[in-house]
Amino acid sequence: MIAVDHLTKKYGDLTAVRDLSFKVEKGKIWGLLGPNAAGKTTTMRILTGFLPATEGRASVGNLDVFEQSNEIKKILGYLPEVLPLYPDMTVTEYLGFVAAIKKVPAPKRSEAVARSVKVTGLESVKGRLIKNISRGYKQRVGIAQALVHDPLVLILDEPTIGLDPAQIIEIRSLIKSLKGERTIILSTHILPEVTQTCDGVVIINEGRLMASGSLEDLTASIRHQEGVVLKIRRDGPAAAAEIRKIAGVDNVEISESEIKVEWKPGRDLRDDIVRLLVERRFGLLEMRPMAMNIEDLYLKIVSGGTEQ
Amino acid sequence: MKNIWVVAKKELRTYFTSPIAYVVIMVFLVLVGFFYYNILMWFNAQAMQMAQNQYYYSQVNINQMVYQPLFNNMSIILLLMIPLLTMRLFSEEKKIGTEELLYTSPISVGQIILGKFAASLLVLLAMLALSGLLSIFSFAYGNPEVAPILNGYLGLFLLGAAFIAIGIFFSSLTENQIVSAILTFGALLLFWVLNWASNSAAGAWKDVLNYVSFLQHFDNMTQGILDTTDVVYYVSFAFFGLFLTHSVIQSRRWR
Repeated sequence: MIAVDHLTKKYGDLTAVRDLSFKVEKGKIWGLLGPNAAGKTTTMRILTGFLPATEGRASVGNLDVFEQSNEIKKILGYLPEVLPLYPDMTVTEYLGFVAAIKKVPAPKRSEAVARSVKVTGLESVKGRLIKNISRGYKQRVGIAQALVHDPLVLILDEPTIGLDPAQIIEIRSLIKSLKGERTIILSTHILPEVTQTCDGVVIINEGRLMASGSLEDLTASIRHQEGVVLKIRRDGPAAAAEIRKIAGVDNVEISESEIKVEWKPGRDLRDDIVRLLVERRFGLLEMRPMAMNIEDLYLKIVSGGTEQ
Repeated sequence: MKNIWVVAKKELRTYFTSPIAYVVIMVFLVLVGFFYYNILMWFNAQAMQMAQNQYYYSQVNINQMVYQPLFNNMSIILLLMIPLLTMRLFSEEKKIGTEELLYTSPISVGQIILGKFAASLLVLLAMLALSGLLSIFSFAYGNPEVAPILNGYLGLFLLGAAFIAIGIFFSSLTENQIVSAILTFGALLLFWVLNWASNSAAGAWKDVLNYVSFLQHFDNMTQGILDTTDVVYYVSFAFFGLFLTHSVIQSRRWR
C-alpha cells in the first residue's frame, strides 16, 4: 500500500533522511520508530505531500507522491506532530471545515463529522471552542481531523505525545480500532507503543534505515536465546552455581540483585529452576521472562549510533 | 471556486468571531465620520461666503469640495487599517501549525491564497459600504453627482484590494504578525509617496516612478475620471502581490 524507495531529503547541508526504503502492506499498522531527530517527521511530511524529497520515490496505493499528490491527498489522513487546530473554532465547526477542504461532498459533511466525532469519543466536547478543551481532547480532535474524510491511509506523527498514561492507553486502543481496511503509519520514539499497537516496524536513526519488518520476523531474527531473570532472597552466588548444573542451561549471569539464566529456544527450563530454588530454600522472590525482543535491538541501535 | 469559498468562509468566521473585523470597521467608520463632519462644516461656511458673489456661487461644488478631500482622507485611513486586516492571514497558519493541514489537503495553494484574499475584500467592502451611509446627509441637504462618488468608491476599493494583496504577501513571509503588519505598512507608505522622488528624477525614471506610485492613479479616480490605465494598474498590482505570495509559499516548501 505504501512504498518508500531510496528516499533522500536534504535541508541545505543537513541530510534528514538518507536512502530510506521500506514497504507497508495494506490493512496493517506500521510503526516508524527512532529517537528524536531521526527523520521520522520528515519522512511523514514527504509521504503526505507537504515536503518534496530531494531524491528517491514514494507511492501510496498506486499513486506517486510527487506526481499525483492531489489524488493522494484525498485518500490520506494526516496528524502532524504539532496539532493543526484553530483555537477559535468549535470542534464541530473545525471538523466541518476540514471535511470541506478534504473535498467531502457538502451533503455528506455533517454525517462525516458526526461519524468521526463518535469514533474518537468527542461527543461531550463537540460544541466547545477548541482552545477551551484539554490536551487529551485536542489530541482526539487531531485524530478526528485525520479521519473525517474516511481515508484509506492514516499517517500519525507522534499520536500519543504529551498525554497522560490513561490517555495514552485510550489513544492506542483507538488507533487499533481504526485498523481494518485502513493502512496506518505512526511515528514514535517510545518502544512499547510499537510493540503494543503495531504489526510491523521501521527503525530509523539519523535518517538511515536500521531495521524493518513485521514484529514477529524481527523478534525471531534476534531471539537466539530464551531465558528468565530471577530475584532470590539469599545466597545468590550459591544459587547461581546450582542452577548452572541444570541440564540445558547455557549461561548464568549474576548481577547485584538478579540472576539471569539463558537457554536455547525450544525448551522450557522454568519448572526445573523453580523446583531447585524452592527445594533448596533460596527464597524465590521474582521470576520474569527475559526481555529478549526488539527492545534490545532498538536500544543497541539508538545507543550505538550508526553501527550495524 | 467552491474551494476558494470554503477558505474565504473560514477566514470570515475568524474575522467576525474575533474582535478584529469589528474593531477595524468601527475605527474606520469613526475616523471617516469625523473627517466627513469636519469637511462638511468647512464646506458649509465656505458656501455661505461664496453665496455673496454670483460668480463664486456658481463654483460651489460638493463633489469637488467635500468628496475629493474625503476620499483622500479615507485612502490614508485604509493605508493604516489594511495591514491590521491582513497581518494574520498566513502568519498565524504558520505559527499555530495549521499550514500543515492546509497544504496536505487536496486544495491548491492558489485557492488558499484567493480564499484569504476574497475574505479580506469582503471586509473591505463592508467598511466602504457602511461609510457610504454617511452620504445620506449630502443627498438630503444637497445635490451631489452620483457618478463621481461611485467612481471614488471604486477607486478606494481597487486601492484597498492592492493593499490587501501586498499585506498577504508580507504575511506569507513571516510567522510574526507584528512584523508582517509593519512590513506591509512600510511598503504601502513607500509606494504611496514614490512619486515624490519623481521631482528629482529625470527622463524615463520620472514616468516610471509616477506610474508605480499609488497616489497618481488615485487622484484621477477621486476626480471622477475613470481611466482603464488606473484600473489596470490596481488590478495588476493586486495580481502581482498574490503571485509573489504563491511563489513564496511554493519555494519555502520546495527548498
